[in-house]
Amino acid sequence: MGTHVIKMPDIGEGIAQVELVEWFVKVGDMVSEDQVVADVMTDKATVDIPSPVAGRVLALGGQPGEVMAVGSELIRIEVEGAGNLRESAQAGPAAQPAAAEPAVAAVKAAPQARVEVAVVAAPPIKAAPAHRSAPVAREANERPLASPAVRKRAWDSGIELRFVIGSGPAGRVLHDDLDAYLARDTETSVAPASGYAKRNDEQKIPVIGLRRKIAQRMQDAKRRAAHFSYVEEVDVTALEELRTQLNQKWGDSRGKLTLLPFLLRAMVVALRDFPQINVRYDDEAQVITRFGAAHIGVAAQSEGGLMVPVVRHAETLNLWGAANEIARLANAVRTGKATREELTGSTITLTSLGALGGIVSTPVVNLPEVAIIGVNRIVERPVVVKGQIVIRKMMNLSSSFDHRVVDGMDAAQFIQAMRGLLEQPATLFVE
Amino acid sequence: MQPTQHTTLLIIGGGPGGYVAAIRAGQLGIPTVLIEGQSLGGTCLNVGCIPSKALIHVAEQFHATRRYSNNGSPLGIKTQAPTLDIGQSVQWKNGIVDRLTTGVGALLKKNGVKVIHGWANILDGKAVEVGGQRIECEHLLLATGSHTVDLPILPIGGAIISSTEALQPTAIPKRLTVVGAGYIGLELGIAYRKLGAEVTVVEARDRILPTYDKDLTLPVAESLKALGITLYLEHSVEGFQASSKTLSMRDRMGQSQTLETDQVLVAVGRRPRTGGFNLESLALAMNGAAIRVDSRCHTSMRNVWAIGDLTGEPMLAHRAMAQGEMVAEIIAGKQREFSPTAIAAVCFTDPEIVVVGKTPVEAQEAGLDYISASFPFSANGRAMTLEAKTGFVRVVARHDNHLIVGWQAVGAGVSELSTAFAQSLEMGACLEDIAGTIHAHPTLGEAVQEAALRALGHALHL
Repeated sequence: MGTHVIKMPDIGEGIAQVELVEWFVKVGDMVSEDQVVADVMTDKATVDIPSPVAGRVLALGGQPGEVMAVGSELIRIEVEGAGNLRESAQAGPAAQPAAAEPAVAAVKAAPQARVEVAVVAAPPIKAAPAHRSAPVAREANERPLASPAVRKRAWDSGIELRFVIGSGPAGRVLHDDLDAYLARDTETSVAPASGYAKRNDEQKIPVIGLRRKIAQRMQDAKRRAAHFSYVEEVDVTALEELRTQLNQKWGDSRGKLTLLPFLLRAMVVALRDFPQINVRYDDEAQVITRFGAAHIGVAAQSEGGLMVPVVRHAETLNLWGAANEIARLANAVRTGKATREELTGSTITLTSLGALGGIVSTPVVNLPEVAIIGVNRIVERPVVVKGQIVIRKMMNLSSSFDHRVVDGMDAAQFIQAMRGLLEQPATLFVE
Repeated sequence: MQPTQHTTLLIIGGGPGGYVAAIRAGQLGIPTVLIEGQSLGGTCLNVGCIPSKALIHVAEQFHATRRYSNNGSPLGIKTQAPTLDIGQSVQWKNGIVDRLTTGVGALLKKNGVKVIHGWANILDGKAVEVGGQRIECEHLLLATGSHTVDLPILPIGGAIISSTEALQPTAIPKRLTVVGAGYIGLELGIAYRKLGAEVTVVEARDRILPTYDKDLTLPVAESLKALGITLYLEHSVEGFQASSKTLSMRDRMGQSQTLETDQVLVAVGRRPRTGGFNLESLALAMNGAAIRVDSRCHTSMRNVWAIGDLTGEPMLAHRAMAQGEMVAEIIAGKQREFSPTAIAAVCFTDPEIVVVGKTPVEAQEAGLDYISASFPFSANGRAMTLEAKTGFVRVVARHDNHLIVGWQAVGAGVSELSTAFAQSLEMGACLEDIAGTIHAHPTLGEAVQEAALRALGHALHL
């Protein structure tokens, strides 16, 4: 028997540390060759780490959420044959396999010492079996465990058992637990007649993975860019007519068009006259890079949070080409299959909440870009046209710019250009 | 036109759900009217649970005596071949049913419930017409139960019977074919076999009792074989020729086959009773064929409630009773919710099956890290003295904290273990709780304790 150590691989150019997102194995598990043992995250892409060997997991090198250095020890696997750990170092864990689990606790307590083999052989810290420790925390959606009598008393007292900590075996809520809950919160006990339970529960959610990434980037953008927002209303009556007609004619054969491909097209056409807006600003090197290509980020919601996949070379795409690409990327984001390439390199960003678009929004610029175009919802409103009140479909564009490099005048003119294109949709396609 | 009556609670249907709701409402001082179209007690008391258990008891006694008479028993009891007066058996059964339904009537009266015998016709969510009488209510509780599913190719009548007719036999047929190997078909099929009929069971699926797992149904399958019941699995019935008394069927490969039989019992399930009382006029939200209700048995219409079989699976009298009691308490202003940990399901075949909570398969599907262990009755002393060595008790528990999430058992008389099973689940018992409870010796219940011990890795008698 030998020990094989997998180290945190270098998965991105010039990245010195990556975040451990999730373990798919635990100590004692058998892993097969190529089985994915962990997910780690760089920048915005999540990468699977497969095991190159088959064997039994001896120790895990960190806990989810931990940021680990490239090259540090990720996982230790007991294998047939020699393994890749030198003989002298392996004596510890091999001699004391029973100590493997507490060793993880030791590793967690001292992440800096993770690479030291001696830690793996540390004496057990927690000897009591886990299933007898009380009180037991419940999962958020887990049904509280309580006898029928306790349940009835809770109903009668207006207590939601979900919020009562159970001290009995397996986390069972006992009469004593109800007493303790009532004593702690006397208001609940005197006024159950209101019918609404008072809540004092708190839930701590570690900010890790994608959420941490989003938090960092948003804070970074707000701190560094000098944001200003500009809102203009656009009459999209003609555009919506055109879209309806196109969908009637080609919806079945080419796919239905949403508003997004038209907005992408308007951005592409308008950007031709405003190259100063289709840029990436490296504020450390003090260099602005203008791009001929329009790589348009399209904000999309994934299960884990906001992601911005990129429609590359939007200037080459017709309406249906753009629609297909947006759909493909949105699907990739939803299923977690988006690659690093698909999530980076945008030169400007479009953000739309669809029917939830609201009246006005103040989007945050996706650094190092300098502009983000926000789309609000379409509403039918009475509008004065040539002295007459008529019903028109109106939509607001709420956009933000980095005032460090985009002047107000340029931003306004750019949005007015987009407005002109969208209100006279034929001009979107006249070269 | 009689003057309109007013009440707080109006219940349609006097089965286990409806009459329990009425009794509890009466106890709580709620003015209550209950409308029953046939006989109090519903399917359960009149044509379901109770009469079938009575008939099964007759069949078991007759079967045992027959064994004594033909030296089939090692007990040393000798007797002459018994004869069966099925008319008297049915009378005895009817006596039990009468006593129970009369008892229900007395309980309702004692609690001040007004019972109207007649067919209800819903006018709107707050008004019902019965026998030309308009009754207005604040709360309408629908408890109309279920009816047997008919097969269009086997219309009930003549030699084709449903469970209702099978529980009221005038004679035991020489040959009986049961269509459907669910619990109703097997309970009655086994009873008829023990009463002397040659019984054949035809089932479209590939095994008997398809809702239970294979370990549980195996002892029943073996028992069918020992009793001499012929089983055709994966066969679909195509029709019945009354003149030649032949039932035609087709197997999975399309091969046709005919069976000569004197009676055909159709037992292919039950369906919520939603027709015949103008329920459709309320346009309630449905859940398939059943009325959709929330955890308080509230329908999609304000102050219209539904309980029991009408609300779909599991169609069990004890579920309906619990729901009825709860709805009465909610109407009385109490905060209640229908959230049992488990509802026991019992199959009165020979041997019996009882399932409470999660089976190993269900625990797996729920993503639980679980332990499961079973203890066979072949290692239980009391089972040996009862000539009931087949079957076992099985427990399913969480691996991390040993919380018991399910009990199953198969064996003679295990239906009575459902009490212990349901109690342990509702009380939130862990394996150690059951293992640490002294179970009386010699009883079948010792197998319950031993299953828990075995799950903990130290069964004593195995």
